[in-house]
Amino acid sequence: MKENVIIIGGGVAGLEAARQMLSLGLRPIIVEQSDHLGGHVACWHRLFPDMTPARELVAKLVESCREANIFLETTVQSINRLKDGYAVMLSNGVNILSRAVLIASGFKLFDAAKKEEYGYGVYDHVITNRDLENWFAGAEDLRIPREPKVFGFVHCVGSRDIKAGNTQCSKVCCMTAIKQAIEIKEKFPGCEVFCFYMDLRLFGKKYEDFYLNAQRDYGIRFIRGRVSEVSETIDGRVQVKAEDTLSGKPLKIQMDCLCLMAGMQCNPSATSIADMLHVEVDTDGFLRSKDNIYSILESQKPGIFFAGACTGTKTVPETVAEARAAALSIFNYLSR
Amino acid sequence: MMEFGFRLSPSSTIDLDRADLSLYRKIERLEPDMKTCMACGSCSATCTAGQYSGMSMRKVILGLQRGTDVSGMLSCCMLCGKCTMVCPRGINTRHLILSICRTYEKK
Repeated sequence: MKENVIIIGGGVAGLEAARQMLSLGLRPIIVEQSDHLGGHVACWHRLFPDMTPARELVAKLVESCREANIFLETTVQSINRLKDGYAVMLSNGVNILSRAVLIASGFKLFDAAKKEEYGYGVYDHVITNRDLENWFAGAEDLRIPREPKVFGFVHCVGSRDIKAGNTQCSKVCCMTAIKQAIEIKEKFPGCEVFCFYMDLRLFGKKYEDFYLNAQRDYGIRFIRGRVSEVSETIDGRVQVKAEDTLSGKPLKIQMDCLCLMAGMQCNPSATSIADMLHVEVDTDGFLRSKDNIYSILESQKPGIFFAGACTGTKTVPETVAEARAAALSIFNYLSR
Repeated sequence: MMEFGFRLSPSSTIDLDRADLSLYRKIERLEPDMKTCMACGSCSATCTAGQYSGMSMRKVILGLQRGTDVSGMLSCCMLCGKCTMVCPRGINTRHLILSICRTYEKK
């Protein structure tokens, strides 16, 4: 008989893991709390560095998981440790026995309204990276002017910020800001685009090329300095203040729209599952792996595995790679 | 006029809405490579005139981007070209300096 494996989370990590498990002859069961598969990525427009439509990736993953058992709008009510495995009780009343559980519950986007000085939800033309991505994907957003002349991006909103509760770098926002800045410039060639950064952390394949293109081909201007405060002018524009740390002087500029690059935090539902399982939460708020070099996908508890952003901020390709590796680790664990 | 010993300090704030960037725009067209500067400071660190005169290629580019006058700094450049050799972005800084000087002359 094929063996059950519970996957908590139906995002990119959960779907890819399920796909691999199917081909390894296991029976993956995906438990997803929202009403759709694909997680955050299902709401994105295009993915760097190849500008792949996010919908394509999600559709491909969903298609390859057709054989898997999928419960949407379902949460985990309780997990009990048995002698050899776990009994998982779902919110829809289904009870599943499984020797291995994969936590793939991903991240939560930082709530930009918490950084009150940036005025998200208060001023008319302050948006977040998620809003902009939705808008690129076709959603209407009245906060984005029809013909913006000046557009700004604020990096590190809720990342590298102890007071916001996040010491970690969210790592994808630098690249996302550059990608979105280029997309804005493509939509509005006459628009001046500014990025306010502390460091540009462009570690991934082709990310530096994007930076160079943004400067050279799109004339996007990078100002080193964290935006300190945002206010609204009498005509409803956005007034931005920062220090231009390269000049060593304060700087101000008015913009038609300001996009806040909200960072990643561990999904609170991951933390509550960790609680049920007595799996430790690390100092950065993400789930604690057995170690951070060789056993990132393993928890301290036997049979509990991780994949994707529940253990730290991850890019989509990293998440996919982890999901594959986790599926194989679980397969090996079950075949012992 | 009575001298009370009070003065108004001018604001040091860079106001990008009011900055005159016409010179920057002109040079940007002549020397598009300038846009790729990432302010690493290699040029300024290697500059033979820098430590005695305050010349800094990084600050010249920054000054142009912020609309401030950089002609004083440029007059200290000896055109040795070391900055061009070290620039990781491959900006021909020596050529850039000459272009900036020419644009200033025309002004």
